Amino acid sequence: MSSDSSASLAARLRAPFEGPNTIGNSNGFWASFGVAVLLLAIYPVLFGPYAAATSSVFLVYALLGVSLCFIWGFCGILSFGQVAFFGVAGYTFGIVAINLSSYTGVTLGIVAGIAVATLFAALLGYFMFYGGVRDVYVTIITLVVALVLHTFLGQTAGSEWAVGEAALGGFNGMVGIPDLGVGVGDVGITLDGAMHYYAALAALIATYLGLRVLVNSQFGYAMVATREDEARTEMFGYNTTFIKFVTFTIGGALAGLSGVLFVTWGNYIDPSEFAITAAAMPVIWASIGGRESIFGTIAAAIAIQWLELQLTGEWALVIVGSLLIIVMLAIPKGIAPGIRDLIVALQTRRQEPASDSPAPTEEVSD
Amino acid sequence: MALYELLNLTFQFLDSFAFIVLATVGLAIIFGMMGIINLAHGEFILVGAYATTLSFNLLGVPLVLAMLVGIIATTVYGIILERLIIHRLYGRLLDSMVVTFGISLVMIQLTRIVFGNSLDQIGTPFGGISYGVYSYSAYRIMLAGAAILTLAALYVVFTRTTFGIKARATIQDEETARSMGVDTDRMYLSTFAIGSALAGLTGALYAPTITMSPDLGANFLVEAFVAVVVGGPSVLIGTSLAGGFLGTIDAIFTYVGGTFIGQVALLTAAIFAIRFLPDGITGLLEDIRAKRREAQ
Repeated sequence: MSSDSSASLAARLRAPFEGPNTIGNSNGFWASFGVAVLLLAIYPVLFGPYAAATSSVFLVYALLGVSLCFIWGFCGILSFGQVAFFGVAGYTFGIVAINLSSYTGVTLGIVAGIAVATLFAALLGYFMFYGGVRDVYVTIITLVVALVLHTFLGQTAGSEWAVGEAALGGFNGMVGIPDLGVGVGDVGITLDGAMHYYAALAALIATYLGLRVLVNSQFGYAMVATREDEARTEMFGYNTTFIKFVTFTIGGALAGLSGVLFVTWGNYIDPSEFAITAAAMPVIWASIGGRESIFGTIAAAIAIQWLELQLTGEWALVIVGSLLIIVMLAIPKGIAPGIRDLIVALQTRRQEPASDSPAPTEEVSD
Repeated sequence: MALYELLNLTFQFLDSFAFIVLATVGLAIIFGMMGIINLAHGEFILVGAYATTLSFNLLGVPLVLAMLVGIIATTVYGIILERLIIHRLYGRLLDSMVVTFGISLVMIQLTRIVFGNSLDQIGTPFGGISYGVYSYSAYRIMLAGAAILTLAALYVVFTRTTFGIKARATIQDEETARSMGVDTDRMYLSTFAIGSALAGLTGALYAPTITMSPDLGANFLVEAFVAVVVGGPSVLIGTSLAGGFLGTIDAIFTYVGGTFIGQVALLTAAIFAIRFLPDGITGLLEDIRAKRREAQ
């Protein structure tokens, strides 16, 4: 009883992040979330800055996966085009930062990269949703947009395809993109190596918590309603077109952020980021991890990319592909919601014999 | 001279038209009639192309027979896949897309592991037709004929035979069809088999003209998807009209600016077509017909 006040403080702190739209509202979930964050935070200390610098890209991919999870899992928009915003932001950052080679350039590059990706997503979203394009046709348009960019950037090898100092480079890609950093003129800090890792981790955690607040807000309820039954939601007076437009734009902005983090990690980008195999990766992460669980998508993105790196041999894609087929057939909603259902089922079974006992006060999950 | 230029453009159009129609029909039937988006469609074509090439190279059978082997192999492959995986996905449109993408990944990589990065290609038969300073491959012109024949044959099968009527009844209203004694499960399987056979036919026909590599399916995928979406709900008419529309655009822009410009023009036109005709060309035709009926 003495821990009552501290428990209620924790509950008050947690409240904005919890609701029916997120999986994992229990003490157990937040404890494991804390452990996961802690492990990710001390990873560079345990394995050294080099390992951290190499692993940074997993967090970047996780963020890209989250951008899809948000629009697909919560609003029902399946986009194969997240890589388009990812890549456009990357190229934009490269063009700005290479041309203005100072901290100002890098800082402006971050802003410009995300802004251009957001604007691009807004334009495409406006074009599609206000034009009555829906369901699977949205998926196909977004896929085609990514493939158009792939074809377009693939033929920019000539010297006429350069913006100032920055050559687009065709299939050889754009090289010499500066590191991540912030500052003005010559004064600022460069975030490379382990610092890039922490920057990506901070972006990922902030995005995760921010999206949890958003999907459990009034807007989030409207998003989920749109996913479940668009016609009925519209009958209730919600502007579902606008909801989809805003959701898609936010997803584009997040993909843009991950694109900027990606090019500052490898100092390089090429058109293969827009190819069909790349375009499908976010869909694979979200499908396997569970598209209605942001946490599941993050875990799946990191695990699958890590697995792919370990299985450098020719069997890597066979295994990832088979995994995708098996998970989709066995647990159509993905692993994280599957685990949730399992926990709920186990608990109800345990409680059934003692059904006359008072109802449990603690809600483990929604 | 102007006549020759016109001939060039015509051949270019026939080539684009044939390619779009043949790349699309198999996908269009499976999507339009069964609601399955087969992202592994390109790999069905791959099976057809590889079976044709391998039986021609290794067994030394005549090309026509090798093509038949290609079609049969793809049909059998399609039937196995339908029984194992696809039949669990009916009514799950987006899931079908994700699962078939997984199939596509596995197929491409397995082909690479088993057969390496390329196969010896069959030489293009028939030689060329010369006119003035130009010449054009006769085989490619024949492909346009094959595309039109395929469409005509499918039209007959789906409108004039008992099988076609049963299949369409199943697609329109499964419960009623079943209560009338149609084995709907078998209809789905047969429709999927026909779709697979058509993909096999495409692979077999294009085997002598394209590089045999494990990712050759990707060459067909984009055109196929774009044409299905632009065509709209009525499968055969939609595919023909989309082939005509997109083929014209592709031919003109390829003729003016080269393959790359043609490709970009095709995809841009497709995006605009989807934006302004969300139900495709046949959706528009349906609207016009409905309005005319109202006016009467």
